[in-house]
Amino acid sequence: MNYALTKEQEFVKQMVREFALNEVKPIAAEIDQTERFPMENVEKMARYNMMGIPFPVELGGAGGDNLSYVIAVEELSKVCGTTGVILSAHTSLCAGVVYSFGTPAQKEKYLIPLAKGEKLGAFGLTEPNAGTDAAGQQTTAHIEGDHYVINGSKIFITNGGVADTFIVFAMTDKTKGTRGISAFIVEKEFKGFSIGKLEDKLGIRASSTAELIFEDCIVPKENLIGQEGRGFGIAMKTLDGGRIGIAAQALGIAEGAFDEAIKYMSDRKQFNKPLSAFQGLQWMVAEMEVKIEAAKQLVYKAAWCKDQGLSYSVEAARAKLFASEVAMEVTTKAVQIFGGYGYTKDYPVERMMRDAKITEIYEGTSQVQKMVIAASVLK
Amino acid sequence: MNIADYKGVWVFAEQRDGILQKVSLELLGKGKEIAEKLGVELTAILLGSNVDKLAEELVAFGADKVLVANSHLLKHFTTDAYTKVIAQLVKERKPEVILVGASYLGRDLAPRLAARLVTGLTADCTGLDVDMTTRNLLQTRPAFGGNIMATIECPDHRPQMSTVRPGVFEKLARDNQAKGTIEEVKFELEESDIRTKVVEAVKSLKDIMDISEAKIIVSGGRGVGTKENFALLKELAEVLGGSVAASRAAVENGWVDKAFQVGQTGKTVRPNLYIACGISGAIQHLAGMQDSDYIIAINKDATAPIMGAADLGLAGDLNRIIPELIAQIKAIKA
Amino acid sequence: MNIVVCIKQVPDTNEVKIDPKTNTLIREGVPSIINPDDKSALEEALVLKDSIGAHITVISMGPPQAEKVLREALSMGADEAILITDRAFAGADTLATSNALAGAIRKLDYDIIFAGRQAIDGDTAQVGPEIAEHLDIPQVTYVEKVELMGNELKVRRALEDGYEVITVKTPVLLTAIKELNVPRYMNIKNIYTAFQKEVKIWTANDIDVDKALLGLAGSPTKVRKSATKEAKGLGELINKPAKEAAEYAAHKLKELHII
Repeated sequence: MNYALTKEQEFVKQMVREFALNEVKPIAAEIDQTERFPMENVEKMARYNMMGIPFPVELGGAGGDNLSYVIAVEELSKVCGTTGVILSAHTSLCAGVVYSFGTPAQKEKYLIPLAKGEKLGAFGLTEPNAGTDAAGQQTTAHIEGDHYVINGSKIFITNGGVADTFIVFAMTDKTKGTRGISAFIVEKEFKGFSIGKLEDKLGIRASSTAELIFEDCIVPKENLIGQEGRGFGIAMKTLDGGRIGIAAQALGIAEGAFDEAIKYMSDRKQFNKPLSAFQGLQWMVAEMEVKIEAAKQLVYKAAWCKDQGLSYSVEAARAKLFASEVAMEVTTKAVQIFGGYGYTKDYPVERMMRDAKITEIYEGTSQVQKMVIAASVLK
Repeated sequence: MNIADYKGVWVFAEQRDGILQKVSLELLGKGKEIAEKLGVELTAILLGSNVDKLAEELVAFGADKVLVANSHLLKHFTTDAYTKVIAQLVKERKPEVILVGASYLGRDLAPRLAARLVTGLTADCTGLDVDMTTRNLLQTRPAFGGNIMATIECPDHRPQMSTVRPGVFEKLARDNQAKGTIEEVKFELEESDIRTKVVEAVKSLKDIMDISEAKIIVSGGRGVGTKENFALLKELAEVLGGSVAASRAAVENGWVDKAFQVGQTGKTVRPNLYIACGISGAIQHLAGMQDSDYIIAINKDATAPIMGAADLGLAGDLNRIIPELIAQIKAIKA
Repeated sequence: MNIVVCIKQVPDTNEVKIDPKTNTLIREGVPSIINPDDKSALEEALVLKDSIGAHITVISMGPPQAEKVLREALSMGADEAILITDRAFAGADTLATSNALAGAIRKLDYDIIFAGRQAIDGDTAQVGPEIAEHLDIPQVTYVEKVELMGNELKVRRALEDGYEVITVKTPVLLTAIKELNVPRYMNIKNIYTAFQKEVKIWTANDIDVDKALLGLAGSPTKVRKSATKEAKGLGELINKPAKEAAEYAAHKLKELHII
């Protein structure tokens, strides 16, 4: 069993780490405070070929692998949970769909600009009445000659307010249940498409989380992905991959909070000793460290399985379930270590704690992950 | 190379626009000491166009002899011209030591010359001494980002060359009665020897807007009291060639722009010198400057947390200490 | 246009700490990086490549692990990389180092040689000009701006209190300072292609230079002794009238060569 990263992956890690420290970290607090989407981060990431890491060069990507992409999300999330999820949603949930399920023509038209970072992507599945019960889609799509007409709405869509390209799910046949759901590529310029409410959230506040509104939205029939009725399968498979990205985001958030806490413990003195001299806190550090390492192994393994062409659904569920719980625990403990100072916006750990919570919820709640894992064991 | 043939201490007298650079006078001071130890002559090497008056000054500051190379081709420094002329003089007259000021130009000239003469050069020396048993120059200099002090020797090659930063050594007091020989030398130099052309020379004050690049910072906190009083810190910064910065309290009071804030929610700085004036030293501020090489704190309260982080704490009123400090520094720099 | 860039792998001296118990440098865990001035040199070459197209060869003299910085340079966009490494280079001072590098560069085509002004471990700023001397080409040091005008360069070189604008024909050697530019990061796509390229390894036998000029034997300067500077002790507190306090502080600043 070879646990070592490849040389390329080491370099990706080094590069993204430097990029994150110099470009992303300096604005992380401000964008969270003002809920400002960091478009400059996206533009810079595009310049360095970070927006399509696991896709082939011919399709606009960087020619890398999924583990490299996961490492990039991790390193970004260490300093800014928002930037981590921007990359994750764009890569796994939009570009990834076109890559895995698109026709050559669709890849040419949509994947290349997405992978190059010229366009930003989003994934529209969740509806007001269809969250964990994703099959309960109420958005409809019916064919009219050479185009579909989509009606309905989506909520809580990451990158929603700023994306160019959307993967949208809608019912093409209400009588067939999950087999009546289809997937479409929607461009923000399509007639009948508009952005609705932008959510005011506890964490990842600079992430654009939007309502999508479809009012007789015209979508060319070439923009159907796969075939009618295949949409649900596409969504579930896509979320498997997306989960690895979110697990990486959670891992990064935990590591970022941990690093801040460690540094603080050597600076801060009480009772004439640095905090790092107190055994109770030392034990806390050890517990956090082990959990982070365990999370990292689960995340990296899931990415590795995907790279090897092996099935990764359960691995992804494990990684997301565990890493998100570790993120909550570690960030909460980090705030505790900082004490009163950690509760203020002078230090980044309160933001990291607020950012961590969403990782237990989106792209399948922890409860959904448990359903997946249990189903794989108890079949 | 017969080492014994090489005698004499030379100092490169750098002039710009007809003005002798202070570092060259400082090197005459140290050069004199070394020449006396070795029992040899101290010679200044002056290149330029119509710079005879400067030769007299060099004698007044300690040179026993001045070699003047006069040509319109030498009016302005160029690597090719200066290297060619000095290399010729060295080959003819064989000095055992050459000292060059480590100015931007000196650091351009010295290595080129050392490579041409196939000899050793030690840069940025902070100490120069003579090993009397071998007559070798002992050159001490910092390395590894200043974390190590190394003593270097050049035992088998001549001349031994060193560059020295301005301000390291002291010039001698000017002695208008001093006697010395001024010799105008012959040399070979053509226009075609010079491969670079200076088309423009501009004097401008370097404006460091980003405090994280500054090597010297004078920072003020609540204790400064008013926006107007920051002028005092600005004066101190100017006389040191540094930048002004501030703690969060000063920024929030509207005394200084946020771009100059040092601390957890501001910038992190690691200058060579950080002077904290009227700053208490809250942990958020320390986080932004505690890795500075040398920290001086000026505060009325001798028990303020900043004093614990400082290398040198001055307990007292900054309104009294800073003007005194400015005066002292000006005196030393003169 | 052919550009050669000389780079050096150095420990990040910002991260080097002194062990207060043994008074020695703690070198473990100190990351190795591309020398910052060299990175600016490489960036300027990449800017020229972006604007007019150029073939960039990066070269480094060092132990085998210096290959890492050459791969980083390839990942930033350089085309070719050469590592000159040999026991024969051990103990080299700046003159011997410059001889080795010049020996290697003699085998390449170049219009411009870029080097960093100085390395953060040696801090000498000597190797660049010495290479130029060995190759008998003009040099411009402390470069803070480069403009290409045909086969001539218009270069701005920094002075303490301003700058000079200099014109010079290629071939020429330029030493770069940090103010020249803001170096780019490695590009993810380039990282993958960088590891598919070969980093050429040259030994003392592969370069065009007299062996007597290499390594310790070719070094006129020798280190007689070296000592770690004292670890930071406890601070001093002066509680005296303003004039005396200021005097003490000014004296301290002079001692530290700050003024």
